[in-house]
Amino acid sequence: MKDAALELKHVHFSVNGLHILKDITGVIPKGKITTLVGPSGAGKSTLFKLCNGLQTASSGDIYIKNKRIGSYEPTELRRLVGIALQEATMLSGSVMKNIAVPLTLQGKQMEKEEAAHLLEIVGLDQGFLNRDASDLSGGQRQRLSIARTLVNRPQTLLLDEITSSLDKVSQQDIEKLIVKINQEFGTTIIWITHNLEQAMSIGDYTWVMMDGELVETGPSDLLNNPSDARVKRFVKGEIE
Amino acid sequence: MSYVTLSLTLIFVLIPLVLSKTFKLGLEKDTLIAAVRSIIQLLAVGYVLQFVFDSKQMIYIVLMVLLMIVAATHNARKKGTSIKGITWKLFVTFVCIEVLTQAILLGLRITPPEAQYIISISGMVIGNSMVLGILFLNRFTAEVETNQKQTELILSLGGTPKQAIHTQLITAIKASTIPTIESQKTIGLVQLPGMMSGQIIAGADPVQAVLFQLLILFLLLTTAVTTSIMLGYLSYPTLFNERMQFLKENLAVEES
Ligand SMILES: Nc1ncnc2c1ncn2[C@@H]1O[C@H](COP(=O)(O)OP(=O)(O)OP(=O)(O)O)[C@@H](O)[C@H]1O
Ligand SMILES: [Mg+2]
Repeated sequence: MKDAALELKHVHFSVNGLHILKDITGVIPKGKITTLVGPSGAGKSTLFKLCNGLQTASSGDIYIKNKRIGSYEPTELRRLVGIALQEATMLSGSVMKNIAVPLTLQGKQMEKEEAAHLLEIVGLDQGFLNRDASDLSGGQRQRLSIARTLVNRPQTLLLDEITSSLDKVSQQDIEKLIVKINQEFGTTIIWITHNLEQAMSIGDYTWVMMDGELVETGPSDLLNNPSDARVKRFVKGEIE
Repeated sequence: MSYVTLSLTLIFVLIPLVLSKTFKLGLEKDTLIAAVRSIIQLLAVGYVLQFVFDSKQMIYIVLMVLLMIVAATHNARKKGTSIKGITWKLFVTFVCIEVLTQAILLGLRITPPEAQYIISISGMVIGNSMVLGILFLNRFTAEVETNQKQTELILSLGGTPKQAIHTQLITAIKASTIPTIESQKTIGLVQLPGMMSGQIIAGADPVQAVLFQLLILFLLLTTAVTTSIMLGYLSYPTLFNERMQFLKENLAVEES
């Protein structure tokens, strides 16, 4: 498909005999925001790790620009498809050290101005730069994690529950930021969220996953009127 | 010392036995086993060494050293938490360190190429290397285990396996070598090293004994640092595949 950022064909993933992803086939449109929802344990984070190359599908294939992800250098793939991990993990050391990681990994240095600018984008004061990353709150860590993922200027951004620890106002700030990145740079966004309202308001398209299967895809307002019986129960909040 | 005097030394085995019985420490069985085993093992080693020294053949020296390396590998594998396929990596490490140290000692004529020297120094080097190997592996696997998320993060941002494991590797190398370095700072003040004491008792000139002990101490510094570094760089690639993915299942697996 021509304007696909990511194309999945019959992707299966098993670990220790556990069938975690089952026959996922679908297209993530380029330059759009696709939200990914589903109950806890559905396999959403696992799907992200396959797209970023942290794990490899047991069978089936994922394509970026019509090239199998297996044909990319792992480091190249991971810079092309950036991920903000669900846990917003920090390395021990300062905020400055953490935000500069993507550059230090390439043997480059980050200027203080650039770091300050990145923090500003995600709504953190530059006074944070010298703070210890382990002292940050959950929400601050999530902001820093997004900023850090942006450093590689990925063409596709995988965001795993990046606003789960934020209050309503900060959540909207981050939503605006992501929409802005999407519009200014044409970055394709896939956004995992538990917040169905957010999934609809932010997303152009939505994927619904359950028990390792991709059960419904389409424009995000599908969540208003799903066709699958299980998805109906999920949007009513009957399945967690 | 004769066998008669040796039998008198059994008093030193009797004392803990009696104490253990009196205070119900339950150590009798282990104490007895330990005593019997050390008598048998050391006497056996003594006779084997006598044979090797008398035969004056290189092949026996090499066999003897090889035997030590195999025993050290076996022991380190059993005691240390492990990484998949660690056995041959331990073996290679021990062989390299033995070759390196003997090459320097013999090559520069620091010690004469005689069985006494080669075997006793090899014993100390390999034994020390084994202890370091165990220390390093235990620390390294623990570091990797607790920092899996950090490893994953660095990989996800486009880092290589080496970058993703670097902090854990350096921490484990440092932590395992520090005791060797620290203990050398106080040596002679707090404790006389065992080998030196042995030499002095056997009638050697104390200054000669000290010079020889210094040689051994310096040797052990090299042994400690090289063991940890070699083992580290040999073992971390096992934790990743060619797609630069972290293989959790290769960590701390019990090899049967
Ligand atoms: N390496 C692994 N080994 C064993 N099981 C795993 C592994 N990775 C994921 N799983 C299992 O796969 C399932 C899907 O996990 P995943 O983290 O992808 O779910 P999720 O949809 O992101 O859930 P949540 O919304 O809670 O984050 C879970 O049951 C999880 O326990
Ligand atoms: Mg998840």
